[in-house]
Amino acid sequence: MRLPCPICGDRDRREFYYQGHAGMLDRPARDADPQAWNNYLHFRENPAGETRDLWHHEAGCGAWIVVTRNTVTHEVSGSVLAEKST
Amino acid sequence: MVNLIAQTACFGLLPKTIGTVSLTEVDAGPVTLIAPHKGQQKTVSAALKTAIGLGFPAPNRSVGTSPRVLWCGKEQALLIGAECPDLAEAACVDHSDAWAIVQINGADASAVLARLTPIDLRASEFKRGHTARTLINHMTGGITRLGAQSFEVMVMRSMAGTLVHDLTQAAENIAARAELSG
Repeated sequence: MRLPCPICGDRDRREFYYQGHAGMLDRPARDADPQAWNNYLHFRENPAGETRDLWHHEAGCGAWIVVTRNTVTHEVSGSVLAEKST
Repeated sequence: MVNLIAQTACFGLLPKTIGTVSLTEVDAGPVTLIAPHKGQQKTVSAALKTAIGLGFPAPNRSVGTSPRVLWCGKEQALLIGAECPDLAEAACVDHSDAWAIVQINGADASAVLARLTPIDLRASEFKRGHTARTLINHMTGGITRLGAQSFEVMVMRSMAGTLVHDLTQAAENIAARAELSG
């Protein structure tokens, strides 16, 4: 399995560390209500189709990236730097 | 004052010649990690250009020979073989003696490295002056192509022994197979 790093190009999966769903980037405000924090910490979508994940290119350039993949076809369709993802 | 004797990272382990491949340690001289502050890469590149005649390298590239600047991570590069000029817009950290750097030369050099790293080392993909941060067996490190049959492998100094062990083992396996089929 190879993942596309926006900086290094296609690299082996062994170079990457998997963090989880890219929803972790959407951190609620400090004073957000407990339900928002509960959702952020504990609730995850389980989509059949496209999903976005956070990976760390730890044995490479060191960038955090958001990889778009399809849970049904296993197709990896692209990636962006986490700092540039919205 | 105690007079300490400086030893290189692979002291007593290299050089070695195994089959068609030779392993030699590179004494890099002064090494400095340069990490430009956010959005300051162009300024730092211009300052470097004025000071040592080399700009900040693009990702996965190295520039110059001696001195040289080697990309080594997102928005980071190593200045090797020259004292670091005063760069106000970058964080500069002394990495002299922090790396174990081994040059691997010979006809089977890429075959040996292919046993240890997942990156594509073919000359059409990984050309002279290309560098990559990647895995070398279980270690994170850097690989740079110096020539058609010449590469440089670097890991943190504490892993020098493991690097020499892994390179030696891979080279011995390649040499043994060549002997069998030859």
